[in-house]
Amino acid sequence: MGMRTYIIRRLLLLIPTIIGVTLLIFAVMQVLSPEQRAALYITSEKEAGSMEEIIEKYGLREPVYVQYFVWISQILRGNLGWNQKSPRGPVLQNILNRAPATIELTIFTAPVIIFTGIFLGVAAAVHRDKLIDHITRITSIIGWSFPSFWLGILLLAIFYAALGWVGPGRLCTEAAVFVRTPQFTSYTGIYMIDGLLNGQPWITLDALKHLILPVISLTVQSVALIVRVMRSSMLEALTKGYVVSARAKGLGQREVINKHVRRNALIPVVTLSGMLCAGLLTGVVITETIFNIPGLGQYAAHMALPPPDLAGVLGFTLFTGVLFVIVNLIVDIAYGYIDPRIRLD
Amino acid sequence: MKMKSRPEITKTESPTIKELKFIISRIKKSPLSIIGVAIIAFFTAIALLAPILAPVPEGHMDPYRIPKTGWSSEPQAPSPEHLLGTAQWQFDIFYGCIWGTRTAFRVGIIVVLGNLLIGLAMGTFGGYYGGLIDELLMRVTDIIWAFPSLLLCMAFVSVMGPSLDSIMLALILVGWPTYARVIRSEILRVKLEDYVEAAKAVGCSDFRVITRHILINSIYPIVIMASLDIGAIVLTAAVLSFLGLGPPIGYADWGQMISLSRGFIFKNAQDPLGYWFTWTYPGIFIFTFVLGWNLLGDAFRDILDPTLRRR
Repeated sequence: MGMRTYIIRRLLLLIPTIIGVTLLIFAVMQVLSPEQRAALYITSEKEAGSMEEIIEKYGLREPVYVQYFVWISQILRGNLGWNQKSPRGPVLQNILNRAPATIELTIFTAPVIIFTGIFLGVAAAVHRDKLIDHITRITSIIGWSFPSFWLGILLLAIFYAALGWVGPGRLCTEAAVFVRTPQFTSYTGIYMIDGLLNGQPWITLDALKHLILPVISLTVQSVALIVRVMRSSMLEALTKGYVVSARAKGLGQREVINKHVRRNALIPVVTLSGMLCAGLLTGVVITETIFNIPGLGQYAAHMALPPPDLAGVLGFTLFTGVLFVIVNLIVDIAYGYIDPRIRLD
Repeated sequence: MKMKSRPEITKTESPTIKELKFIISRIKKSPLSIIGVAIIAFFTAIALLAPILAPVPEGHMDPYRIPKTGWSSEPQAPSPEHLLGTAQWQFDIFYGCIWGTRTAFRVGIIVVLGNLLIGLAMGTFGGYYGGLIDELLMRVTDIIWAFPSLLLCMAFVSVMGPSLDSIMLALILVGWPTYARVIRSEILRVKLEDYVEAAKAVGCSDFRVITRHILINSIYPIVIMASLDIGAIVLTAAVLSFLGLGPPIGYADWGQMISLSRGFIFKNAQDPLGYWFTWTYPGIFIFTFVLGWNLLGDAFRDILDPTLRRR
């Protein structure tokens, strides 16, 4: 199968998955009463005049399949409902407003996780059952068992409470006040970039400083998985025939590892980037809540906190579901490029 | 004439026993998994001895409600009456940690059992009969896997209303597909074996073929893996509880105790870490509990992995 057919096939497979995702959210909605569901349909506060009118307008007492089509057509128009909790407003708009903080955080975390993960995994496999392997293994089990919310609290206790080095939030008070003044234009919402664009490098530095603890906290949660997969995939690759033949033709250990083993062992790690994405999406819920970063994760946690804002919760779940499906599609296509065998089945 | 002594019947061990012996011998060789076993044994003892370690005060109805000795919102440092201090609103931290162990085991065991039962039923039906049921099973699991699991749990719990039962139900709803898929692929592998064919040929019912011939040959690794997931399950439950989706305030639950201590990271300039006990102790309990299961799980993953074992 050529690459093009492969991509087209994957894209076609995307449709039933996305429909499935919406069906699951819709099924969850059926637990709620029509009155509770109304918030998932309205587009402005003024509309929320009479409950009965809204139920009538969106057919919330119609048969289930009619309701599904009404709901889906709302979703396709980008209407995920209305947030009754602060920030009040359309769900999709609120989610998009929160995205820059999360993007800023994850853009810095992902490379840290991937490189530490690959580095430690390779080191552990090459020195199997030696000291490095044991240390890597133990630290990754410890990191994996560490309750992420507890780690966040410990980091804040040490670096904020005890040392007074950096506090929660995205910026220090001074910088946070400055970015709201007219002298500062928000181009991207990502302070690190906006700081430079505004000619205020100290904002960039402050934003960077405030990212260190959240990045550590997120990394500890997710790196263990990469280390584990990288280690076992290296171990498997090391036993392959081509390694023996590379050794037999007289290549040194370094060349064998770099040119023959690691490349083949990286293939499963590509699949892992899909899982890493899920890990980050999950991780930001906890990390942003603890470090008080106004991103997507904090939004989700805030909306879910009882009494929940169900339009926000379900809208966010749908958003992450679709996002995650698309990420997995990209991973699959990348996988097809790297490993031609995948395209065959 | 003396009877000749009977020739000794050479007993061949069943593969199950052999496998079990192999696993035990491997565990004995790995110091990390021994630590894991010790930690789990320690927590089992705490859970069993909870009424002795932290006696329920007289006239206290529900032992899982942490007794409170006052209404002050300021945590009190450890003292002879309160070994590990008190949290906000004077909930006794020692009592909460001890009885929280029971909560952790309860959550872990119920979720694992739920996952296994649903996973077994769905996986077996799908794998053995194939066809429409199988297709449906695969699609449903695909859809549940299309979401990051914690976020889906959050959505389920907030729709059902926050409580420990909601958390357990959400964890089962999100967790069973993994087991169903593993069991399904095991059944697909075993169902073509000669002995299954033979059992069918002699007229065994489907039920008998499934229970006596197929499951018995494929279930052990799955049951072991499922039980070792208790650590991860308790951790996720603690996260949900920390986010405020758990039982009501004052329930003996580690995640919630840490949630109560969130406002007490910083005391004042003179004594910045003055409330350290509120978040340190419950955290140590969760971490050690999960670590115990993960240490054991890590050893098992290597033991059960056919590509890595016996090398």
